[in-house]
Amino acid sequence: MDFLRPVTWEQALAYKAERPEATPIQGGTDVMVEINLDKGRPAALLDLNPVAELTRWSTEGTEIRVGAGVTYTRLIAELGPLLPGLAQASRTVGSPQIRNRGTVAGNLGAASPAGDAHPPLLASGAIVEAESVRGTRMIPITEFYTGVKRNALRPDELIRAVRIPAAAGPQYFSKIGTRNAMVIAVCSFAVALHPGERRVGTGIGSAAPTPRRAPEAEEFVAAALDWEGRSPLDPGAARRFGELVAGAAAPIDDVRGRADYRLHSLAVMARRTLGWAWNDYTGRGPA
Amino acid sequence: MLRPDGTLKVTGEFAYSSDLWLDGMLWGATLRSPHPSAWIRSVDVGPALAMPGVFAVLTHEDVPGEKFYGLEHKDQPVLAIDQVRYQGEAVALVAADHPETARRAAAAIVVDYEVREAVVDARRAAFDPSCPPVHAHGNLVRHQPVRVGSTFDAPVVVTGEYEVGMQDQAFLGPESGLAVPGEDGGVDLYVATQWLHVDQDQVAPCLALPKEKVRLSLAGVGGAFGAREDLSMQIHASMLALRTGKPVKIVYGREESFFGHVHRHPARMRYEHGATADGRLVYVRAEIVLDGGAYCSSSPAVVGNAASLGVGPYEVGNVWIDAYGVYTNNPPCGAMRGFGAVQACYAYESQMDRLAEACGLSPVEVRIRNAVSQGSKLATGQIVDTPAPLADMLRELEAMPGPGEPSAARDLRSLPGGVAQTTHGEGVRRGVGYGVGIKNICFSEGFDDYSTARVRVELLGGEPHVLVHTAAAEVGQGLITIKAQIARTELGIDKVTIAPADTSVGSAGSSSASRQSYVTGGAVKATCEAVRERLDRMRAGHPELTLEELLELYGPVEETREYRHRPTTPMDPLTGQGDSHVQLALCVHRAVVDVDVELGLVKVVELAAVQDVGRILNPLALEGQIHGGTAQGLGLALMEEIQVRDGKVLNPSFTDYLIPTILDMPPMRLSILENPDPHAPYGLRGAGEPPTLSSTPAVAAAVRAATGLDLPRVPIRPEDIALVPAAG
Ligand SMILES: Cc1cc2nc3c(=O)[nH]c(=O)nc-3n(C[C@H](O)[C@H](O)[C@H](O)COP(=O)(O)OP(=O)(O)OC[C@H]3O[C@@H](n4cnc5c(N)ncnc54)[C@H](O)[C@@H]3O)c2cc1C
Repeated sequence: MDFLRPVTWEQALAYKAERPEATPIQGGTDVMVEINLDKGRPAALLDLNPVAELTRWSTEGTEIRVGAGVTYTRLIAELGPLLPGLAQASRTVGSPQIRNRGTVAGNLGAASPAGDAHPPLLASGAIVEAESVRGTRMIPITEFYTGVKRNALRPDELIRAVRIPAAAGPQYFSKIGTRNAMVIAVCSFAVALHPGERRVGTGIGSAAPTPRRAPEAEEFVAAALDWEGRSPLDPGAARRFGELVAGAAAPIDDVRGRADYRLHSLAVMARRTLGWAWNDYTGRGPA
Repeated sequence: MLRPDGTLKVTGEFAYSSDLWLDGMLWGATLRSPHPSAWIRSVDVGPALAMPGVFAVLTHEDVPGEKFYGLEHKDQPVLAIDQVRYQGEAVALVAADHPETARRAAAAIVVDYEVREAVVDARRAAFDPSCPPVHAHGNLVRHQPVRVGSTFDAPVVVTGEYEVGMQDQAFLGPESGLAVPGEDGGVDLYVATQWLHVDQDQVAPCLALPKEKVRLSLAGVGGAFGAREDLSMQIHASMLALRTGKPVKIVYGREESFFGHVHRHPARMRYEHGATADGRLVYVRAEIVLDGGAYCSSSPAVVGNAASLGVGPYEVGNVWIDAYGVYTNNPPCGAMRGFGAVQACYAYESQMDRLAEACGLSPVEVRIRNAVSQGSKLATGQIVDTPAPLADMLRELEAMPGPGEPSAARDLRSLPGGVAQTTHGEGVRRGVGYGVGIKNICFSEGFDDYSTARVRVELLGGEPHVLVHTAAAEVGQGLITIKAQIARTELGIDKVTIAPADTSVGSAGSSSASRQSYVTGGAVKATCEAVRERLDRMRAGHPELTLEELLELYGPVEETREYRHRPTTPMDPLTGQGDSHVQLALCVHRAVVDVDVELGLVKVVELAAVQDVGRILNPLALEGQIHGGTAQGLGLALMEEIQVRDGKVLNPSFTDYLIPTILDMPPMRLSILENPDPHAPYGLRGAGEPPTLSSTPAVAAAVRAATGLDLPRVPIRPEDIALVPAAG
């Protein structure tokens, strides 16, 4: 197995162009596990850790550009107010050791339907900045997930950063696990209010072959909410929102949980998180 | 007294058996069956042998001696012969100069299987005569009845069917060891195990070697909990070492480990309790079916425990129990902390709560009304002849302060779901539950259960020094510390060294059944007493001499003693009667839980326990045992299950076999009682297992109290709570 260690981004892209079969490695919290389990033997590892620029994040207009090397730990510590949904999701990833190494770009690279970063990225409308020697592609997050553990990256492309609109309203992330920490999602849900556009963003995790939004639920609730008058959330509407979110999912029975439980809990999480977000928005304080 | 291995383990410097290393050693790998039940038509080792770096590929034909081994019955082939009976059964072995090569070579072996119907339903194996036999001698491993009295009707009757899933010991150090061929044609085996001599007894005949030529030394053990009672890689590594003439190391990976050891027996249990209107038990009927999987392991003894302790620590005049252990094509099950008493405890405690409800009593009151005490008769007819203050323990537990009401502004970590933020308090209901358990300490049913200690006092650098040598396995429980404490106490000499455990000294028995403090502790104590007597005699001749001068004059003093606890008798095969147990230990738990009843997620808020240990030897180690046992019981209540479908394991990894984290295990309030057992050394009572029994039903009862649901199965899954229409 070759071990490629570019020091600059340009070198990294050059390596990837030359060796499209090389597996990028950032935190290694997915890659090393796969290697240990002997699932696929990469011909080469492309170590992105020496590429210093990837560990930076910056504000670009209303967008936060998070470099591919920013760890969950830093995201939680530094970006909580700007990206609350993603920070909450980050806080549920693995253990402190995993959060010290793992990255959102790695989560996107792995594209597991259970990855915790995906629902808040969907709810916020993130953009994946993919790059190759041929140029840059801005991939809307809704087009990024193409199948179970598959994504829209081309063989010569690397993720350079993820661009996420700074939160313009309340955001919440919620995840079901059978223990109270260090657990892979049975299913998960994120909601983001976009009051300026009177829009609600959603993201569903671990309940379909890919992470996905719940467009019908988004439309329904955007229309049902009293954005102007900020009157309390109608419990019936909240319930309906939950049902529509569940309706957007296509879960299976597996070792982590049953499909009917996933549907049920998605509806509950959607209803609750919407309630918390709306309470925040209307200034009624946390539920 | 701090344990000598503590710092090393915390800092990652402790040498576990998986760290063993010799220059020039080979690596062994095991080819395992992917099928739970199949005929083997042929095995072609050619492709593996042809690979560079491969030194040996072995099948059952290469087993030098006896082809079968086992703890109680030799029914398990060293390597599969013509058929496999469970997924993961060892079929062939490879030794190679690199672990990767060994694994690839094992994968290159071609086995032609003819898959056949797997027997996966334990009740069917027990009761359906048309069920295919897993072994030629049938599917019944043991049926143990208990029959007392003849009154089986009562004013209040409660019934229930209960199920316990397959729990794993989940030790962290996978099966591993190193076999080194000896110049005398024998083998030196360094291995993580629970009982060196019983390994030796099983390994030697399969290698066609006399016992003395199979020398075992304990390597660093990363947890055991029963999973190291049966052999794993011992014979395999030895065969490869003898064949190649080179040291051979085998280390299982995590996934392989799930197939490399036995698990806790899943159980299906039917109970009927009859009582007077004021909640006094008249009778108990029970049928307990334990799924032993493909091979016998320690199933017979597990069945004995389930039967003899099947009504719990309660006085009952009439008992009708049938406990069965059966063969199936599921993963083999055997010893795990609590050993047969755990499964029954979950069922009888669930029943006691039902009875309390039926009689309008509190859970504590119904237990007090039926509690055993010194002088009570157990279901086996055995009289409890040592202190058993269960009623007082329950009163004390109930009076302990609770965790207090949840505060309004709550940290997510204190809520069900934790930081995964499934609730800000919505749907959360609190419940409180109690559990009581009784566990036999030491080996029961007439087993000749003893330990050997060799103690030597000598001058080293002019100072008196004690060397304590036993074959007892330190598996993390802190036995090394206890042995040193006993030697210091008995001999009054500060410098004590504990020799490594090996087979050059007599058997210590197993680090199981909460017995080592009792039996090996007893052996060290007795041997120290013998040494002290000799020193006293020496001193009597020279009252003017100091200890140093005496040792100078006479040289080292060494004694070896065997220590036996009082004998027990077998259970009568038809009535279950007999003084089958040495010692009985009680623990009681109270659990306080918060349940998100809509999502079925549980946060255990507090666990309180009262346990009687007779005598505290080392407070820190003891509390650690109670905390750990409690956590393992919590795990069984809420998350720990090897999921098996059609004989196949679905979750052989710590990604999906969940054990409690620090955020799942609450702080504990403990009260440790010291009512001495006059038969035991220092009056001590074994302590490692009892907390594992009672915490499971306490947590389950608390979840029931919070949800109002029956919850007749552990682990309780989120959907068991959330998808019941009555919930929420
Ligand atoms: C014990 C444990 C617990 C875990 N718990 C969770 C959890 O709770 N929730 C969760 O979502 N995940 C969890 N994970 C999985 C993992 O930590 C996450 O998916 C993490 O986000 C991966 O990030 P990484 O930087 O370590 O990725 P890596 O392992 O380095 O890479 C992951 C994938 O992304 C690709 N990749 C990495 N960087 C790039 C790039 N710049 N461009 C293109 N492709 C790239 C890699 O080739 C690989 O396919 C857990 C893992 C472990 C070992």
